[in-house]
Parts: sequence; C-alpha cells; structure tokens
Amino acid sequence: MTFELFIFYLLAAIASISGVMMITIKDPVKAALWLVLAFIATAGVWITAQAEFLGLVLILVYVGAVMVLFLFVVMMLDINLAILKEGFTQYLPIGTMVVLAISAMMYLVLGPERFGLEATGAPVVHSADYSNTKAIGIQLYTFHVYAFILAAVLLLIGIVAAIALTLRRRPTTEVRYQNIDKQVKTQASERLKMIKMTPVIEEPIKPKEEEEK
Amino acid sequence: MFDALQAFLSTFLFDWLAILITLILQTVAVVLPIMLVVAWLTYAERKVIGFMQVRMGPNRVGPLGLLQPIADALKLMTKEVIFPDQSNKYLFIIAPILALAPAVAAWAVIPFADGMVVADINAGLLYVLAVTSIIVYGTIVAGWASNSKYAFLGALRGSAQKISYEIAMGFALVTVLMIAGSMNLTDIVNAQQGGMLNWYLLPLLPMFFVYFVSGLAETNRTPFDVIEGEAEIVAGFHVDYSGMTFGVFMLAEYAMMILISFMTAIMFLGGWLSPFEGIPLLESMFAWVPQLGWLAFKVSLLLFVFLWLRATFPRYRYDQLMRLGWKVLIPLTILWVFVVGAMKYFSFGPWFN
Repeated sequence: MTFELFIFYLLAAIASISGVMMITIKDPVKAALWLVLAFIATAGVWITAQAEFLGLVLILVYVGAVMVLFLFVVMMLDINLAILKEGFTQYLPIGTMVVLAISAMMYLVLGPERFGLEATGAPVVHSADYSNTKAIGIQLYTFHVYAFILAAVLLLIGIVAAIALTLRRRPTTEVRYQNIDKQVKTQASERLKMIKMTPVIEEPIKPKEEEEK
Repeated sequence: MFDALQAFLSTFLFDWLAILITLILQTVAVVLPIMLVVAWLTYAERKVIGFMQVRMGPNRVGPLGLLQPIADALKLMTKEVIFPDQSNKYLFIIAPILALAPAVAAWAVIPFADGMVVADINAGLLYVLAVTSIIVYGTIVAGWASNSKYAFLGALRGSAQKISYEIAMGFALVTVLMIAGSMNLTDIVNAQQGGMLNWYLLPLLPMFFVYFVSGLAETNRTPFDVIEGEAEIVAGFHVDYSGMTFGVFMLAEYAMMILISFMTAIMFLGGWLSPFEGIPLLESMFAWVPQLGWLAFKVSLLLFVFLWLRATFPRYRYDQLMRLGWKVLIPLTILWVFVVGAMKYFSFGPWFN
C-alpha cells in the first residue's frame, strides 16, 4: 500500500463515518459539526485527486463561512427533540420507499460500471509544478466567462434582495443613529466650553456644640 | 526539508513508514520551536507592556524573570480542569483542540528560508487562508459547550468578527497574488528580490495595513478583543475554562499572532531577504546574517507592534468594529484590487516586469 493510498482510505473512512454520524446523531449542533468533519475529509480526498483549488475552496467557503452561519442558527434554536421524533413509525414505510427509490436511481447513474477505470480511463498524472488553480482560472475566465459573470450577478442580486428584505430604517425619534463623519471631524471647541466662574469659598465648619457644655 | 532522511529511511523501511516518520519529525521540528516562541512571547508581552506602563513586569522567576513562562506552564498544567455541570463534556474538551490544531497546521506551508519549508505547495496562500478559517470553530464550540450566557455571547461576537475580517484578509491576499503571479509563498518572497524598493510594502501599502489590522481582529488582540471583553462579558468564550484547557486557547492565540506576523513579513516585507540588497557597503556588512535571521528580525518587529497596540489602544465598541471591517477595510481592498490591476497593465514600477 502506498502512502497516498493509505491517506485516501483514511480520509474516505472519516468522510463516510462522519456522514453517517451526521444523519443519525440526535443533537443538531453535533450533527452540524460532523458535517464539518465530512467536508474537511472530502476536501482532503479532492486534494489527493490533484484538485487542490477545489479542496481548499471547499474548506474556505463551506467550512469557514457557510457552516459557521449554519451553526449560529442551530445553536440558537431551542429544539424539542421529543416532538421532532414524533411520528417516526408512522412515516417509516414511506420513508423507506423514498430511500430505496433514491438509492436505486443513484445506483443506475453512479453505479460502478460507469466509474471503473475502463469507463473513465486512467487519470492524467500531472507533475508537481502543475497548477490546478491556474487551469481552473483559465477555463473560468475564458471559455465560461459569461456563465461565470452571470453567476456572480445572480449572487449579487441575492445579496441585494436579502438586505432589502431585512433593512428597516426606524425614524430618528425612536432610535438615534451615529454620524461617524461628524464624529470624526468634531473639534474640541464644539464639545468643550470654558466658563468663568467666581469662586465660592466655603466657610470653615464651626466647632461643635459639645465644647460649649 | 529532510528529503535525505526520508531517502535513507526508505532503504530499509516500508515506503509509507519512512514517509510517516519523516512527516512526524518535520512536524516536531516546526511545532516545537513555535511553542517555545509562544512561551517567551507571553513573557515579552508582559515585559513590554510593563515597561510601557512604567512597571517592572515579571522579574521573580529566574534571572530577569526569564523562567516565568515555564512557571506559568507548570501552573496551568497542574491546575484542575473544571467541567461546568450542564456543559457538553465532549465538545467542551474538543473546543480547545479545534482552536489549536489549525493554528499549528497552517505552519506546514510557511517557508523559514529559501527551501526551508515542510510542504512547498502551489496553493500555499490559499492553504493558509483555508486552514486559519477553521479556527473560528474553537471559539464557537467553546462558547456553546460551556452552556453559559457570557461564553455564548463571546462566541457569537467573536465568530461574527472573525468571518467578517476574513473577507478583508482574503482580498488583501488577492492583491499579493496578483502582483506576485503565484500562490506559492517561496515564489512570493523570491519575487521581491532586489532591495527594499522591490518589496510589496510600497505598492500594497494600504493592503499591508488592512492585512495587519485584520490579523489583529483574527487573533482577537486589542483593540479587537471584544470576544473576551472582560468589562462586559467577563472573559467571553473561555470564561468556563480552567487549567490546561484554558492554556491551549492561549497557545492557539499566540501561535496565530506569530503566524500572522510571519505571513505579513513574507508577503509585504520581503520575507527572508536582506533589506540592504543592492546597497553597496551595507550589503557586504550584513552578508553574515542568515536568511532565517532576517525573517526572525522582521517577525519580531511585527510582534512588538502587536504588544505595543495592546498597551496603547482601548477596545473598539462592537458596532464600530463591524463598521470598520465591512465599510472601510473591505471597500478599500476591493478598490486596491483594481489599482493593482491598473499597475499591472501599465507595468508600473519595479514590481511588474
């Protein structure tokens, strides 16, 4: 067994186990963390398949940003697991049927006869200085540039829509907004006023009445 | 590193065993010095801040207090690790590991001198960005597993801050790779050869500041340490941690500080290159300094800035911190991507040839 093969089986085992754990575990936060582990292991498998750009971007985008936001939501939910598990036996037959149907369809499309070496041919082995990032960049920015820009515009519209839906400017009678420019440009003369006052000298405290007695 | 050793081992061992042994040795050779630097960085921090505040700093353990970090480490290791009653035990233990592991793993691609690097991979810059983005899980899991409101608030603040500043950081790295034409860290340094003017500090001056400020925010250092915010949320995400579990969080924070300093030195300050390259007299005078020496010097300067800022600045208010990240740093980086594009188009200066 070569070292690469050992690494591949290790990562593949971690990915499969964490995938199963993610589905079966009860606690949603732990499930999300198992999903993170599955992502990382999958990224490792991609990197061993010489797709280092995709692997690293998977970690950067999905693990580093998307799953964090996902965890935010899951952590703040107060889920009652008992209610969530209700009606398990009731839906079991239909659930089993759906799973069987999906598995059968996946087997038809992704079965071993379509992914053996005789179907795809041996993968091209690139030298160490081959840059997968550059190869993807050239494809994206030349042959698929319109699709790429369209996807970017679509995401931008998504951002604008999300902000437009949630943005609410309340009137200044309710909340006070900061004007940062005004704050930065402020001068000492606007904030500090020197006032001349005549000093008030307190009279010394009189000796107590005890002495008079 | 250690190619000869691997070749020697594979003459009488299994191939995979030889690779495994070499990998472990490489890891130890990189991680051990970093941990030692972390230890004495805490000492330096207390000394520097002490002097800035006209105090002595630690001076009881060993000469000049130099053995203080060892005493601290022993104290942390012998203290009891307390588990809060309602905490989630597994995640409570895993959280410090999640914080430390990426902070250590990122060192795999950092070159210490020409050719002195564990993994000289093409996508080095992307690797560092990807691996350091996992650190946020340490914070968020710690905050949730503690089952305390203070910890959870700290975790929410901290992780939102980290993923916001990561964007600015990523764009700053984009300008570096635009100008260097490579994501390999060794290539980035070698592209800056030929004296101080050829460093990327000048064409990317705003990006240098953006990167360093984002680095401060990523490592939760003052003025961005709202994650701890002892005045409001006691100590934030690690309020329930004690003993070595707390120590591991500290290790991760300081290891990240050193990593950010290394990255800044490599990308903007010419890495291991001498600042006197091309200057007749000074170049030969300083020819004896090893490459690692120059890199260590630059990193020390940057680390000093980390400590200096901590002694100088008050903490940002949370909304102002988010405003700085989203409305100042990110637009600036996007603008600078176009500026660098224009510079490249017009072959401006000694940086594009």
